[in-house]
Amino acid sequence: MKAIIAATLLGVIMMFTGLFVKDKKQVVMIAVIAFLALLGITIWEVQAASSAAPEMLFNNMLRIDSYALWFNMMMAGCTFLYVLLMGKDIMRVGNHVAEYFTLILFILCGIFLLTGYNNLLMLFLGIEIMSIPQYILAGADRRNLKSNEASLKYFLMGAFTTGLLLMGITLLYGATGSFYITDFSFLRTDALNPMALAGILFILISFAFKVSAVPMHMWTPDVYDGSPTAFTAFMSTIVKAGAFVGFLRLFHIAFGSLSDHWMLIVAIITAATLLVGNITAVFQQSVKRMLAYSSIAQAGFMLFAIASVNASAWQGMIIYGVAYSVATIGLFSVLIKMKDYTYDGFNGLAKKQPALAFFTTVFLLSLAGIPLTGGFMAKYFVLNAAVQQGGLLWLVIFALLMAAISVYYYFRVIIAMYFKQGDAEMAVEINSSDRILLGITCALVILLGVAPHLFLGSI
Amino acid sequence: MILTLLILIPLVAGIAAMAIKGAAKGISLLSSVAVTVTSLLVLISINSFGPNGFIEWSMPWIPSLGSNISLMGDGMAVVLCLLTGIVMLVTVITNWNKEVERPGSFYGLMLLAQAGITGVFLASDALLFYFFWELALIPVYFLSSIWGGEKRIAVTFKFFVYTFVGSLMLLAALIYLSLQNPGGNSFAWQNIIRAGASLPADQQQWLFWLIFIAFAIKMPIFPLHTWQPDAYEQSPTPVTIILSALMVKMGIYGVVRWLLPVVPDAVAYWSDTVITLSVVGIVYASLLAIVQTDLKRLVAYSSIAHMGLMSAAAFANTDVAMHGLVIQMFNHGINIAGMWVIVSMVEQRWGTRDMRQLGGMANTAPLMTIALVIISLANIALPLTNGFIGEFMLFNGLFASASPYHITFMVIAGLGIILGAVYTLNMVQRTAYGDAVAMKAGGDITRNEYIGLAIIIGLIIFLGVYPKPLLDMTTGVTNMVLP
Repeated sequence: MKAIIAATLLGVIMMFTGLFVKDKKQVVMIAVIAFLALLGITIWEVQAASSAAPEMLFNNMLRIDSYALWFNMMMAGCTFLYVLLMGKDIMRVGNHVAEYFTLILFILCGIFLLTGYNNLLMLFLGIEIMSIPQYILAGADRRNLKSNEASLKYFLMGAFTTGLLLMGITLLYGATGSFYITDFSFLRTDALNPMALAGILFILISFAFKVSAVPMHMWTPDVYDGSPTAFTAFMSTIVKAGAFVGFLRLFHIAFGSLSDHWMLIVAIITAATLLVGNITAVFQQSVKRMLAYSSIAQAGFMLFAIASVNASAWQGMIIYGVAYSVATIGLFSVLIKMKDYTYDGFNGLAKKQPALAFFTTVFLLSLAGIPLTGGFMAKYFVLNAAVQQGGLLWLVIFALLMAAISVYYYFRVIIAMYFKQGDAEMAVEINSSDRILLGITCALVILLGVAPHLFLGSI
Repeated sequence: MILTLLILIPLVAGIAAMAIKGAAKGISLLSSVAVTVTSLLVLISINSFGPNGFIEWSMPWIPSLGSNISLMGDGMAVVLCLLTGIVMLVTVITNWNKEVERPGSFYGLMLLAQAGITGVFLASDALLFYFFWELALIPVYFLSSIWGGEKRIAVTFKFFVYTFVGSLMLLAALIYLSLQNPGGNSFAWQNIIRAGASLPADQQQWLFWLIFIAFAIKMPIFPLHTWQPDAYEQSPTPVTIILSALMVKMGIYGVVRWLLPVVPDAVAYWSDTVITLSVVGIVYASLLAIVQTDLKRLVAYSSIAHMGLMSAAAFANTDVAMHGLVIQMFNHGINIAGMWVIVSMVEQRWGTRDMRQLGGMANTAPLMTIALVIISLANIALPLTNGFIGEFMLFNGLFASASPYHITFMVIAGLGIILGAVYTLNMVQRTAYGDAVAMKAGGDITRNEYIGLAIIIGLIIFLGVYPKPLLDMTTGVTNMVLP
């Protein structure tokens, strides 16, 4: 609860900062402090709540358990890292720097609701609080047509699927007479009425949109490509992980006992997401667009956590969310410093910026799922959950083949950096603080790969 | 604890070599001497425990997954660690005078690869095994892609993707097996074996193929060998040595440690199929070796043929074959390393590996020719060389196998030996005799090459005449692996 209040208040404070502080650098400094404070509050909340019963709020509409608190802390940590790495780049997007940070804080507030909702109204509120600031961020580069296109496309599609979500919620209410997700677990398989099933399907579709799962992925490449890179990094990582936790909560707690009815659909969506994401990523010429498709492919792996109804899936969601976010944010923060976003733009980076090339390699290896990096452990956890679930072995093997394909497009960047001749031009100067921050990010990726249990706490 | 040293020495040395660029060669030399000596010490202490002796070391790693950092050194594993030490030593010594670009990164990556390979041999936890299995691959990928030949990027990438696909299959199987442990998730070798062996036959079947494909790609077994000749040809010779003398041993070692005991019913069911593939591979690779004109490709195909015999023997399910397999893994590593050293010396001096442009080496470089002849004889398993004892045991074991087709297998594999003599002696003839071609640079053997080759030839002759120490050290393997 403290985190939700803190995110809102800090957001409001940040908004007013924009009125009084005109120097952009100072705004970034204040933002860093705000995000650090938010991280501190989430840590404090985890410490204070350990071993206590879940906190029930607003007539049980929120149920903030230890998992929610831990996930909030991880997301606040990732966002802090994101602001540290990309603060300067956010500064360059436009003139309303304080507002950008405000919107990011509001998005976090939405994510915190999504990790702790116990009622479908709260779910809806969380999704909307998380989505609307994103439409603005996507269009933040006002003079760029592509950015405008991204914003409008995202908004129209997002509004449409929000409608679907509402429809689903309505149908479920009609079937059960309740908005509380714990009430749905009493839905029995044998006495399931079509109205409830249709409701579940509508909600599934709208979540598939939010996490960019195939066939609801069409918006992803255009929005991620068109948005300012600094915000793509946030939208494709932390926001996605937040949406996934909302997805996980609903489908495991509320519909877990009905998994026979939706498991196959989720499995097919997973397979399609992996296939389309990976295959299309292979044909991209721009690294930014490749990362957009790769984020679809990675969502395919996260969908494994949805499809496997067991405790390992919950662990896997945390590890995957963090490992994917950290590596992708790191990668974007390198990409944003390049002049040319195509693969050729990376040619010869290893000679020019050896440290930068090394860190990029670690991030790419992590996304490809090579051992010793967080990405491997993340894939391991979700696949482990799927194998435990049973009946999904075909999907596991299919996913592993797709992971092998992903090596192709991730390694193209490594090949360009190390083995090709070229003069990788930087758009901005790289200073030692950038290197240190990237070094820390890189160390986090490796720590995740060697000691994932540190990131799971008592979950 | 001493087992961790075997991994830590090359690991620390590798990082040190990258940091202190000027001293990279010296550090590699020291590290490989240290690994060799340590492995010898471990072997002696294991031997004092009797034939089944082994030492273990373990510490918790990821408790929630049931995975520990646990190492186990028995005769087979430590003999292979000794092999990595010796091969690295020979590689560093023979390349002492050769200048490479960015020596710090080069030797650093070589040592990191060595650490990964040693880890594969020692890990007794499936997840740790998988970690090292992949870890050995990454440095080799960079080594070949940066320092390799003209087509290096595409070829190395093919090699990487090939093995990565195999590794992922292995991972799926290991995850499945780790979940079968009755007391909860466990990756310990003993638990994996127990879990696997208690599975019904139909589940063992597909687990078998998942695991086998991973190892078959690495060995490589026909028809999964297509990455290998290109990769050997395009890699710089020190990396080719690592690949062929050490990395392919990971495949056969994996079969012995992580396949045969894990899914015994499926192994019994599929062994005829695998042996058939192996012996077909022997003949196929030998025939291809005969028509090669490039020395590196010839040795690459010869390596496939030798690995084919080893994999056939691994599935023969007899004590002698298993024992011979360990001996042969060691000996083949020594011989092929010697072969590559000679090939790279030839390339350095004549500027080509094409046998049509070579000849008369016996006149221009007599000492080199002697080394070439001895190593070639070991390669075709002539008695009194180390190759003989290993291959003899392999054939013996294959013959004693319970398979109804054992005679056929023997005959076809025996054909491979004859063909082996054909291409090896042909190679000796075309390079060493005939009209002398003048050298482009250098002369006969230099001092450092002399020392490196002396180590190899010394081992070839010593183990050929008196293989008892090696045999004694590895008697335990059959008890560890066969039921």
